[in-house]
Amino acid sequence: MNSLKKILGFVWMILAPAIICFLVYEAFVKIGAAKPTEKANVILQWVIILIIFTPISFGFFLFGKYAANNEYDQLPTSSEDLND
Amino acid sequence: MNSEKKQSSIAFVIGASSVGTLIEWYDFYIFGMLATILSKQFFPAEAGTAALLSTLAIFAAGFIVRPFGALVFGRLGDLIGRKHTFLLTLVIMGGSTFAIGLVPGFKTIGWAAPIIVLVLRLLQGLALGGEYGGAATYVAEHAPAGQRGFWTSWIQTTATLGLFLALGVIILIRSNQGVENFSAEWGGWRYPFWISILLVGISVLIRMRMSESPMFTKLKSEGKTSVNPLKESFGNKANFKMVLLALFGAVMGQGVVWYTGQFYAQSFIETVCKIDFVQSRNIMLVAILMATPCFVLFGWLSDKLGRKWIMLLGMFLAICTYRPIYKEFIAITSAKNRTQIVDTRLTNAGPKIPLIDAKDKHKMYIRHVIDTFYTDGSVFKYTITDTLIGFNELGVDRPINLMNPTLIKYKSIKPNVVIEKTMGKSATWDIIWLVFIQIVYVTMVYGPVAAFLVEMFPTKIRYTSMSLPYHIGNGVFGGLVPFLGTLIVEFTKTTEKPAGDVLAGLWYPIGVATVSLIIGIVYLSNKMDKNVMD
Repeated sequence: MNSLKKILGFVWMILAPAIICFLVYEAFVKIGAAKPTEKANVILQWVIILIIFTPISFGFFLFGKYAANNEYDQLPTSSEDLND
Repeated sequence: MNSEKKQSSIAFVIGASSVGTLIEWYDFYIFGMLATILSKQFFPAEAGTAALLSTLAIFAAGFIVRPFGALVFGRLGDLIGRKHTFLLTLVIMGGSTFAIGLVPGFKTIGWAAPIIVLVLRLLQGLALGGEYGGAATYVAEHAPAGQRGFWTSWIQTTATLGLFLALGVIILIRSNQGVENFSAEWGGWRYPFWISILLVGISVLIRMRMSESPMFTKLKSEGKTSVNPLKESFGNKANFKMVLLALFGAVMGQGVVWYTGQFYAQSFIETVCKIDFVQSRNIMLVAILMATPCFVLFGWLSDKLGRKWIMLLGMFLAICTYRPIYKEFIAITSAKNRTQIVDTRLTNAGPKIPLIDAKDKHKMYIRHVIDTFYTDGSVFKYTITDTLIGFNELGVDRPINLMNPTLIKYKSIKPNVVIEKTMGKSATWDIIWLVFIQIVYVTMVYGPVAAFLVEMFPTKIRYTSMSLPYHIGNGVFGGLVPFLGTLIVEFTKTTEKPAGDVLAGLWYPIGVATVSLIIGIVYLSNKMDKNVMD
């Protein structure tokens, strides 16, 4: 199971930036295709989406990194284990 | 006797906490449910800045502000205590909801109206972000070990019951007042906002009688409360890793299942299947009422079997059955699968009414309503609006110009057809069962999640640590289901298939739930932390 956690960790690390690239690409396409009257609103929607998902994707990347470093092999069993 | 006293004390804690949380959900949902009316009242009809403000009010408060509320009030809850913090969130939520009902429309105060509404909506989002974590933590810290899932599941019913209450109040007022009075500037749509102050007042009185969480009181008396909860939650790598695991391995999947079962389902049966406004809401009301006891059932079961597998089973069933369920929605509401009563249809064809275009007064249309009756009791109402066409001197078709009414004849280029379906009894029940199944999935993923989160984090930073992943999972991943679902359907539209693949929107919740399911299976532990005192 620990090696599976590690391998999947690399998958999450690749998936996180891929999601952001996909969203940026879609934002350009959708903003470009928007009618002039709707353009400002479409830009705002996509800016909000990118602002929200960029830190989440970064968190997902970190999650993958921790998993790839085998840091989830042993989960804490008490609050004492959560102290650095 | 002692045990009876303990039971009644925990029942009071649950009751008092749940009523307040339910009211906060109610307050949050009525804004979304009345969004169409609110945008007409508080925003001018033309696009531009008005649409921007409208987007910010509905979009930003729902998605951005909730996690911020989790940080602000979570920190406060870990510093000064649970009781006072969630009293504060309740007052902010109730006050801002009541105030929305008092704001004069755009016609009266102009641009001040949307700006005030936006600020009040942001306050609502902040308050909700702080409320849930506090209530769940408070109840869990009162609950006896081994029954935490059962007792916190009562708090879990409040989000769904808040939705139920909001739907019920709106339908009741709307059907009593009629559509026109309900939608007027000072009409019935304001009542659900005003009712809130009464509900919040009662809830504040009840909550004032509550005592602080015993665990927090103990920590405080020992001087062990956190000095900087934000730093200890997210600056401490060991704890931050658990925040990430909670988000990606459980709450992210739970959020999309919750919003698909209760919001996307309603939107789908109304906008894609074209079931009429009141019936689509009644379907949701019945399904929610039937499925709500399952929150407590799965909360209780999670005390026996562990939280992990119940939540993951809910996600797995959702992933496997969403597409067949939504395909069935389309089949049940399709005209192809029923027998039409032809004679009745003919006698119910309404008169052809000429209309003048609201924007371009030179253009005319003709509107025609046809009721189509089916043997199973279903009625499909078709409202057909055709453009009246005149031929000018060159013989080219063009819309009729009233200033120069050289009308020769009319014909349709492309009539606009609006369908509104009222389903017969059997079809209605079929739809209710399909929605019910989805809400059972919601209860599987959501019933045990409060206990699961509480057991993951230590008392001194629990409020902060559990609130953030919860509100990112629900507010962001879940809240975006309707928007991203619609966007994905847009991708599938082509000139050959202008309606696109109406089921494609389901790939977003299915995809997110699948990633969450895999992470949950591989990384999460099913072990319950019996000691949450630490």
